[in-house]
Amino acid sequence: MSNLARAEGREPLIHLSKRAGISRGKAWSIRIIAVLLGILVCGIAAFLLIEKVQNNPEKIGEFYGTFIKGSFSTSRKFWKFLKNTAVLLCISLALTPAFRMRFWNTGGEGQTLVGVLSAIAVNFYLGGKIPEGILLILMLLAALAAGALWGVIPAIFRAKWGTNETLFTLMMNYIATYLVSYFLVIWVPSGSSTLGKLKNGRLPIIADNENILIVLIVVALTAALYIYLQYTKHGYEISVVGESVRTARYIGINERKVIIRTMILSGMLCGLAGYLIAAGSDQTVTTNSVGGQGFTGIMVAWLGKFNPLAMLLTSALIQLLNQGAMQISKDFGVNSSLTSVIIGIILFFIIGSEFFINYEVHFRGHAKKAARRAIK
Amino acid sequence: MNIWLNFLLDSLAFGAVFVYGSTGEILTEKAGHLNLGIPGIMCMGGAGGCLFLSMVGQSSLPPFLIVLVGIFGSLLFSLLCGFIYSTLTITLRANQNVTGLALTTFGVGLARVIVNKLDPVKYLTSTKSLFRWPFADRTDSIQYMGVLFFLAIIIALVSGWVLFRTRIGLHLRAVGENPATADAVGINVTRYKYVATCIGSCIAGLGGLYYIVDYMGSQEAYLSVEALGWLSIALVIFVLWRPHMTILGATVFGVLYSVGSYLTNVSWIKVTMATTPLLKMLPYVVTIIVLIVSSIRNKKENQPPASLGLSYFREER
Amino acid sequence: MEKQIALQLRGITKRFGPVLANKHVDLDVYRGEILAVLGENGCGKTTLMNMISGIYYPDEGQILIDGKEVVIRSPKDAFDHRIGMIHQHFKLVDLFSAAENIVLGLEKKGRYNLKEINAEVAKIAERYGFHLDPAKKIYDMSVSEKQTVEIIKVLYRGADILILDEPTAVLTPQEITRLFDVLRRMKEDGKSIIIITHKLNEVLEVSDRVAILRRGEHIATVNTDETNEAELTEMMVGRKISLNISRSAPVNAVPRLEVKDLNLFDKEGIQVLKDITFTANGGEILGIAGIAGSGQRQLLEAIAGLQPAADGSVLFYNPKKDRPVTFYHKSLKKVKEMAAQGAFHDRNLNDVSFRGMRDKAIRKWVESGDVLFREDEEMNLRGKDPLEIRQLGIHLSFVPEDRLGMGLVGSMDITDNMMLRSYRKGHAGFLDRKKPKEQAEEIIRELQVVTPGVSTPVRRLSGGNVQKVLVGREIAYAPKVLMAAYPVRGLDIGASYTIYRLLNRQKESGVAVMFVGEDLDVLLELCDRIMVMNGGRITGFVDARTTTKEEIGLLMVRTEQREEEAHE
Repeated sequence: MSNLARAEGREPLIHLSKRAGISRGKAWSIRIIAVLLGILVCGIAAFLLIEKVQNNPEKIGEFYGTFIKGSFSTSRKFWKFLKNTAVLLCISLALTPAFRMRFWNTGGEGQTLVGVLSAIAVNFYLGGKIPEGILLILMLLAALAAGALWGVIPAIFRAKWGTNETLFTLMMNYIATYLVSYFLVIWVPSGSSTLGKLKNGRLPIIADNENILIVLIVVALTAALYIYLQYTKHGYEISVVGESVRTARYIGINERKVIIRTMILSGMLCGLAGYLIAAGSDQTVTTNSVGGQGFTGIMVAWLGKFNPLAMLLTSALIQLLNQGAMQISKDFGVNSSLTSVIIGIILFFIIGSEFFINYEVHFRGHAKKAARRAIK
Repeated sequence: MNIWLNFLLDSLAFGAVFVYGSTGEILTEKAGHLNLGIPGIMCMGGAGGCLFLSMVGQSSLPPFLIVLVGIFGSLLFSLLCGFIYSTLTITLRANQNVTGLALTTFGVGLARVIVNKLDPVKYLTSTKSLFRWPFADRTDSIQYMGVLFFLAIIIALVSGWVLFRTRIGLHLRAVGENPATADAVGINVTRYKYVATCIGSCIAGLGGLYYIVDYMGSQEAYLSVEALGWLSIALVIFVLWRPHMTILGATVFGVLYSVGSYLTNVSWIKVTMATTPLLKMLPYVVTIIVLIVSSIRNKKENQPPASLGLSYFREER
Repeated sequence: MEKQIALQLRGITKRFGPVLANKHVDLDVYRGEILAVLGENGCGKTTLMNMISGIYYPDEGQILIDGKEVVIRSPKDAFDHRIGMIHQHFKLVDLFSAAENIVLGLEKKGRYNLKEINAEVAKIAERYGFHLDPAKKIYDMSVSEKQTVEIIKVLYRGADILILDEPTAVLTPQEITRLFDVLRRMKEDGKSIIIITHKLNEVLEVSDRVAILRRGEHIATVNTDETNEAELTEMMVGRKISLNISRSAPVNAVPRLEVKDLNLFDKEGIQVLKDITFTANGGEILGIAGIAGSGQRQLLEAIAGLQPAADGSVLFYNPKKDRPVTFYHKSLKKVKEMAAQGAFHDRNLNDVSFRGMRDKAIRKWVESGDVLFREDEEMNLRGKDPLEIRQLGIHLSFVPEDRLGMGLVGSMDITDNMMLRSYRKGHAGFLDRKKPKEQAEEIIRELQVVTPGVSTPVRRLSGGNVQKVLVGREIAYAPKVLMAAYPVRGLDIGASYTIYRLLNRQKESGVAVMFVGEDLDVLLELCDRIMVMNGGRITGFVDARTTTKEEIGLLMVRTEQREEEAHE
């Protein structure tokens, strides 16, 4: 009965309601506040985890400064920043059409990895036997096809039987990983399972810089995908299916066809990212070639509200944090996994901030106040 | 001991890691939350246990207290993770996939930073035998079947019993199936979601501790916990969201995971190095097949909880 | 005997955005009585009851139980006050058995033993004469079985105040009789029963008092034995209010859409449309009246190709007589086939057969516009999806009831919503936003849509403006048939009149307009003919110019039984 007694005569303490809309400025200021809070908490984490900061609290300034240092102190670091951002962005872009359709593709990691694997396979078997230009094209085709295949399999089952795509695509990642281990065992007879850098199949170096081409390709892809999603009939259908399957049926869109078509595209673009990794920087494949970027890409895409242009910023932000934290772990003598901790903390804050963009929180007495305002 | 029996016991012991991870994930999913943070939580559970053990590992406390401190540390850290996940996805209604992935990023990283700094002599060398009680002296696979192994079996059985044979379990399943209905009959949806998610996290976290200090008992073990976390999520589908079945399913996964190295003992099977990755791939392939078959057969009892992945907001209808 | 008040509502008000669902409602419920709450759809009955059962929280007003003010914030609070509600849309977990659903949410002490619970449930079911297998899963149950579970659920909890929302809608006459017996027995037990309904005969049969709601307001509460059907109907629908909607006489009304013996079953296999036969004429507004849920939505969706009808036909007469043949929706092959059947003639009324002509010459002739249709085209729409209907060249517009969930995409701006109908046209793979944008601007201007601009997501617009955008788009499609479901629901007066004007203009230009409405005053003044539906059947046609609200009201509540009596 005590519960009841407390309930008597009181309206709820906190009442939530969905916002009808929020101005862009307000939404972004909420997000920026969230990032700032996240950075503040990162500082607290630094006190807890980094002995050098514990011992000299004044080093906290240096801690924050190092974030910038990680990406901008030398031109080599800056280009590394650009290239890594480009690859991460490429994966995020690949996932975007699927997400816009509310198809939760958690398989970016695997789709990218099979892209790397098939490109390297072509390179392994044909490298040096055919002209380099043709080799590069064949590698690209192989990567695109493999990525598309990895993406379309879950899509077919989802379209036909409603098989849960989140879990399906997630599982496909690990099949890809072990497929890579399998081929490594076959390709490397020594038993070390480490494939050395291949001599062939390397994207051309432009203006003495090996990264320019990758960056250019991804910039072009960003623009192309933006146009595809915003200005083509396919992009329009994706939005309608994602927003409301009922509306799609009402105007005669076949949502199964759209799901399958879009996942072929999504997988194919992951394959492209795999190609950039295989032919652009690595010339080899390991089970860790993608290094979790398939998952990071999900967060980049989500933070960018599935808008390719906004994702330019979010992928850069993540990569900035990544390289900055890496620099910190080097300069302050901490384990390199500190990177993940810092990215995790900032992500928590941005994820949490979305709530305040989508919902309004009213405290007790709000209704009466509102009524009084209305009377006036 | 017969080498095959030993192998089976080894798989069972190894499977206990998945039993923890999957049982934890099942409780969370039954509340309607797909927690992709489980790998991170398992790492954190392991790290928390190791951190606390490193403080008491070489002290003169009675053995059972040292074990309890380790378990407490593990629970504390995984509870923290579960609480972060719950706050974001339940109260703040954030996207579950993104939150889970962020939690895994965070948890795996933080666990590595923490354990990396610890002295294995303190948290491992002296405690391993305590956790393996009462079979610490054995040299075969029975040695792994210590305190945490049996705890895993008990937790899986109890969870299965609670979920399907008690009122609380009934309410929890209702929350995951149809939160609006659960709300309408007066079940506190938010509380159930929080409690299930946090308890699920704690259970999963113990899996990390078990793997590091008992089953592997090695200094590098903490680096491979994440992969086992993902496998645990697969196992949830494989056993069709039934906690008591995880014991069996986990053993199957354990067999597939390590059968490669045992097959070399069979003269008539030619095992190459290449077989191992294919065998390790099998758990995932089998999981996908289970997922497909259950969606095609569309038997209601074998589907993921109906509201899995969706936030609940009462006034949205 | 002095009756004790169990539940009191004082000045309850609830708003949903700009819509006022309940306005200062006062209501008393006594112990040991059956109170019927009567009202048309959308009058706020269910909203009011939802506030008693903790689903919604009132914006203003008080709820008193046994004279003490209480706060009901959640269904659990309601249960704690021994209030139980049986919703129209069952709140059951499909995966659970009947017994599991019945005990769901109860925090009883002691062991949870499903066998004992099954036995208990079976006992209650038996006592009240229900047939129920406690172990049966909900997903295996029929609708009436599900309702039985809901009722036993409340009984099991020992509620003192029971609210039943449209409980008889899904029951057979025998089941209804049995339900009423149960209700009477509970009444004798001293329980208060509130039954929401719009079936007058049932109200008169079972209730002690009747509370009438209209447009969110409590009109009156009367003793059942002191009233009659006619009085109740009048209170429910209200006196006729003159709305001054201008209406022109139908000119040249020709059959445009002919529905014959249409039957439709829903996913659960329940028949939702029964032998529907009617004709919609071009140049006329056909009103469709009925309590919501009588099959209006399903009928329109079946015509639009969104629900596959089991049998029957939907014939569309395309007004092509004496109009030029085009390749717009027909291939050359199809044109040749039709010519061979003698479907065309030339300007001099001579038969066109294309015999012995080369394709190029045929094309040229047709494109010159001198090949004309001999008759209107007749096409059967049944079994075709919306895209196929459109590809036949049939301009069928549909303003669905669910504006933002079906007709429009809430997160898209006005321009992009304009494109929903037309985006497939031209420009290869790219979208043409120029024309839709002009169209959007035109609609904003002509219909005075209040919006910051064409690039505002429609979700941010108010209900009336959302509807103007939707109706505007559907009209811009140049329809031959225009179907509108509740197009003025939730709209203010100004916006409503804009919609009436638009529909009238369509009618005058020869379109067959079908208007599903809930406000009888509007139906009476806007439409030419009114078709009344109940329970998936057509219960009658009336001439809107000569009929009365009472006549429609009676047709709306006419049950199958009475209809049979009428036949005898």
